[in-house]
Amino acid sequence: MLKITNLQKTFNPGTVNAKTALRGLNLELQDGDFVTVIGGNGAGKSTLLNAIAGVWKPDYGTIELDGIDVTNLPEHKRAKFLGRVFQDPMKGTAPDMEIAENLAIASKRGIKRRFKWGVKKSDRVQYKELLSTLELGLESRLSTKVGLLSGGQRQAVTLLMATLNRPKLLLLDEHTAALDPKTASKVLYLTNKIVSENNLTTLMITHNMHDAIQYGNRLIMMHEGQIVVDVCGEEKQKLTIEQLLQLFEASSGSKFGSDKAILSK
Amino acid sequence: MAFLNALPGAIAEGLIWGLMAIGVYISYKILDIADLTVDGSICTGACVCAVLIGAGCPVIPAVIAAFLAGVITGIVTGLFHTALGIPAILAGILTQLILYSVNLTILGSKSLATIDPRTNHLLLNMSDNPMAIVVMVVIIAAVIVGLWLFFYTEIGLTLKSTGDNPDMSRAQGVNVKLNKVVGLAISNGIVALAGALLAQYKGSANINDGRGAIVIGLAAIFIGLSVSLKIKPNFVVSLIGVVGGGVIYYIVYNFVILLGLKTDFLKMLSAVIVAIFLAVPYLKTAYFTSQKEVPPMIDEPMGGDADA
Repeated sequence: MLKITNLQKTFNPGTVNAKTALRGLNLELQDGDFVTVIGGNGAGKSTLLNAIAGVWKPDYGTIELDGIDVTNLPEHKRAKFLGRVFQDPMKGTAPDMEIAENLAIASKRGIKRRFKWGVKKSDRVQYKELLSTLELGLESRLSTKVGLLSGGQRQAVTLLMATLNRPKLLLLDEHTAALDPKTASKVLYLTNKIVSENNLTTLMITHNMHDAIQYGNRLIMMHEGQIVVDVCGEEKQKLTIEQLLQLFEASSGSKFGSDKAILSK
Repeated sequence: MAFLNALPGAIAEGLIWGLMAIGVYISYKILDIADLTVDGSICTGACVCAVLIGAGCPVIPAVIAAFLAGVITGIVTGLFHTALGIPAILAGILTQLILYSVNLTILGSKSLATIDPRTNHLLLNMSDNPMAIVVMVVIIAAVIVGLWLFFYTEIGLTLKSTGDNPDMSRAQGVNVKLNKVVGLAISNGIVALAGALLAQYKGSANINDGRGAIVIGLAAIFIGLSVSLKIKPNFVVSLIGVVGGGVIYYIVYNFVILLGLKTDFLKMLSAVIVAIFLAVPYLKTAYFTSQKEVPPMIDEPMGGDADA
């Protein structure tokens, strides 16, 4: 359903700060794939997700979603197909607006917005039910400004917003990295629940090898703007961190560059 | 006694500037853009209204034309910013400069256009302050109700989120650039409407009307919100507070004149008021936060009530 062909991107080309983030990357996802993405710092993981989301145009290559070429579609038009959760918990929600208002905006993603009342009574009932599935007690705080919530709560609300209108593809950019371990595992649990209940095609970046192996049906590892390891199905289920590191060293010819990823279990 | 005599006039004029401050509120508070177009667009509104009435146009169409002229000035700034990538503050300055030439052209290369309240039927005039106050309250109420209805629609909510979090807005499929243009258009439309009413109230439109309007608007916002946010932090109360801020500003302004301050210093006074309001929150955190005031770190479960 997602097909990326020969994707290339260099930031600050022609300057001393030039940084090639993607070097002819190819990737194809099937419907319902839950893919975890892992790689060292500067491997191009976030660049890949941003390219799919349309934050900027790639230098070369194409991105297709369900057979539609979206390479030149601006970010807000592409949003129709995508649910996104960012690494920064502050980025996915509007802090000065109520939880219900945030959800109302998300409920119209990809749908023509009209001069109709933004948050109707019936919407509130629906949002209450949805929020109660998070089990964070937010269902009684529909009128609370999102800015008053904790980082973990905001990230959980963002997750709900990203999936309120079933996206073709869910993009999770290290969405638990900024949270404390306990909160991170709760958000990850919610993620897995929502993804499997709705059978969502998902790309999840993580810095945690353990999580990368535990979640999803396919794992890709990136190095210097390319995919160097790609395992799925049964092979992935049996994978250990040691095997993963060996696979990485064999295919990239270098040591895995992130102690943080190796050490976090 | 002189102060009490000046009070109705101060309230009437304060209400006009309060209406203008609602326009500034939309750009500054909702879109998070300091839009300097305002200094020009309020004058454009005044000039269009005065010249049309002078040419025999009835007052209502003249006011509507002034509003639409303001909408166009907002669109120009919006396109400078979004389509041409000019920083918002510079985009506003450029439009403001353009409008100086435009306003001179509207006034027919003169610096002043007068409206005679005795021969023209006007909505309000300083010769009848109580009536002017009633007219302004009705107009402001209509504007606030209109904005309240608009900003709570599906489209209106995205205008709020555009200023609050553009990243989130884009991720939710909101056309942030279009929204900025729409917001600036509404904002400057209201500002020009206030300009049209100001011209009628004073009986003239002057090429220098509106110099420093943005500062007066910001002063009204800061004064108003410092009170209204303590009462109830919602949209309608905030807008009423902003109008109230404009009125308080003009009452203080008149009071200071009566105290004998040279009128030459009035613009400086406005600027100092705004500087103080902008500086106080910064100074509080920078110099007056002692370690004792920082609450202890508590490892709070994210679930809040449910987990407790």
